[in-house]
Amino acid sequence: MSTNNIETLKSNVNKLFYFKRAWAFGIPIAILAYFTYVFISFDILGLSERGSLKNAKSLVGDMYSHKVHVTRDNRKGDISISIEGEKKGRYPSGEAPEWIELGSTSKINLGNGHLIYFGEKDVVYEVPNYGRIWAEPGLGGVEAEYPNGPLPEWINQSKNRVTITTEAGRLTITRNRTEVFRYFYGWELFFFTLDSQYHGKSISELTSLAFNGELPKIMTDFWYNKMWRHSDVAWAIGETILMAFLGTFGAALVAFPLAFLAAKNITPLAPVRFFFRRIFDFTRGLDHLLWTIILARAFGPGPLTGALAMVVTDTGTFGKLFSEAIENVDKKQIDGVQSTGARNIQRYRFGVIPQITPVLLSQILYYFESNIRGATVIGAMVGGGIGLMLTQAIITQSNWEEVTYYIILIILLVTATDWLSGKLRQRLIKGSLNN
Amino acid sequence: MSEITSTQKYEAEYFELIKKRRTYSAILLGVFIVLMISGFNVVDDRNAGSFWAGITSIFDFPREVILEASEKIEKIPGLFVKFFPSLIETINIAAAATLAASIFAIFLSMLATQGMAKWPRLIPVFRRTLDIMRAIPDFVIALILIFILGGGPVPAMIAITFHTTGALGKLFSEVNENASLQPLDGLSSVGASWMQKMLLGILPQVSPNYFSYALLRFEINIRISAILGFVGAGGIGYDLKNAISWGKGRYDEAGAIFILLFVTIVIVDQLSGIFRDRLTHGKKSEGLL
Repeated sequence: MSTNNIETLKSNVNKLFYFKRAWAFGIPIAILAYFTYVFISFDILGLSERGSLKNAKSLVGDMYSHKVHVTRDNRKGDISISIEGEKKGRYPSGEAPEWIELGSTSKINLGNGHLIYFGEKDVVYEVPNYGRIWAEPGLGGVEAEYPNGPLPEWINQSKNRVTITTEAGRLTITRNRTEVFRYFYGWELFFFTLDSQYHGKSISELTSLAFNGELPKIMTDFWYNKMWRHSDVAWAIGETILMAFLGTFGAALVAFPLAFLAAKNITPLAPVRFFFRRIFDFTRGLDHLLWTIILARAFGPGPLTGALAMVVTDTGTFGKLFSEAIENVDKKQIDGVQSTGARNIQRYRFGVIPQITPVLLSQILYYFESNIRGATVIGAMVGGGIGLMLTQAIITQSNWEEVTYYIILIILLVTATDWLSGKLRQRLIKGSLNN
Repeated sequence: MSEITSTQKYEAEYFELIKKRRTYSAILLGVFIVLMISGFNVVDDRNAGSFWAGITSIFDFPREVILEASEKIEKIPGLFVKFFPSLIETINIAAAATLAASIFAIFLSMLATQGMAKWPRLIPVFRRTLDIMRAIPDFVIALILIFILGGGPVPAMIAITFHTTGALGKLFSEVNENASLQPLDGLSSVGASWMQKMLLGILPQVSPNYFSYALLRFEINIRISAILGFVGAGGIGYDLKNAISWGKGRYDEAGAIFILLFVTIVIVDQLSGIFRDRLTHGKKSEGLL
């Protein structure tokens, strides 16, 4: 090796290293620069103004706990007790959970020594380690007396409203109403609503009742729970699966014959092939969103529109995938079938289809799985299935426990289909290898 | 003569088998057809408009849009300019989310792969984390974040990042399983840290595959980012929703946005197709067919 060669080699290596180094520093710098640009153009600093910590707190709190409202109408003097302040969760008048004693002076025990007394008009709150707070709403606003010393920050006092927030609950007094919130862990009334005779019964009581022939009634009370609407939820999930099923398999049925027309080894006419390929490209390229909008105009909102939107887009995808699978078939099998004097149709039936079936089925299953996920989104747009229930629950901006419930159901649904279709596809691929 | 009887026996067995198989196939096909038809009827009943009434008017809306857009054809270029910034926002949401998700997914997938994980005992934890991230639909996260963070592109970006991290993490960990672990031994012997081992030992092997998957995901994310705009996050989806819910009179805008979106999706699909082809098959690309 001459010196000259070594020199060029050395300079080449140096150059290479120089480039490598430039890349190694350049890529992170480019990424950082891009993120800086996004940071500025999305106005991320402005988030603190737009965002609301209060919303976040109420959302997270609602996800794992619920509150019971005890409200006194200060004009009429009635006390009403309801779970989450909802009509469906209201206790019948005169009834109360065991931590409330109704009477001329009602006693509300918030736990941990926090006691609230509703008098004729006034309210007394005994806060442990602080003292006794007295308040009375009147025409001129809310009058209140506190223990001596500066007002702690958890008491919010103005002329017309006093809010006391402690770790045990919250007391709000205005001219019109006095309201106490007590927080509990868990989702309220998940199994039975208050009007069901089974509310508040323990599991052992329920099992013994179930064995005494009350099982059907227990099941109906649970199934038609007015707050959680288990039957509606089950139906919605079924609808989501149905949309995905119809969309995927409908698309497969449409795409299957068309794919033959777009396959090079089946259709010798280039213009025909070109035509169908462009159709596939078009239905695929015009996104789910656009198809959903167009179809929703013709068919109105509902699950049919969602299923049809999937049929249209997946026809494009399947057409492309299927025609590629058909192009990849082994020609020897077709020749073999032909050598026995098979006609054209028979050649496809016995030469092509057995080869592509496992591939096609596995692709269809894969898309079925992803369409189940897609069906929740499309359901939210066209109004069908669990996607619709979820958006409705989100729009109320208060039923976050329902949102959590639906999300958990969606995760379970998606995981289950993932698992199932994975198993089936594995079997299909193995089966095709064995044959 | 025994030969003939055995052939006959086999023949009979063969036809028996075929018959059995055909019955099973027929039953399966029957169940499938019944499911399709009854499913279709259920869905048709619950829809606002029926299939047979709607199928005739399927092109009414596109026709209206095209008619109005062609009447105001001279305004279309101006509308392109008007909506271009929102298009850029939609693309930026997808790009930033894909980029961020790729970075998260690289680390999470390595932590979830046997042989590479820094804490091998925690592999199942990271796997399940990725599964859950993948399972939560992005629009759900977006809607919840819109409630907390207010409208705009940030909720969409976070939502897509979250879901994409899960999706890419799974794909990346499949790539990781095929990577050779020998460079890691070499790097361990010179005392490299876990970070150095991953960056110098694994990343060079897997980066073409990573890049190809990330590009594919970018394609998908542009579509998702447009959809999320439609449900309330910013970008061109939001403009499209406004133009459509306005109805007649602003269909020229709807048309312009349709075209912008369609062209963008096609261009990104084609470009990423070319790049991915190059990454997986080397520089020579076979063309796009």
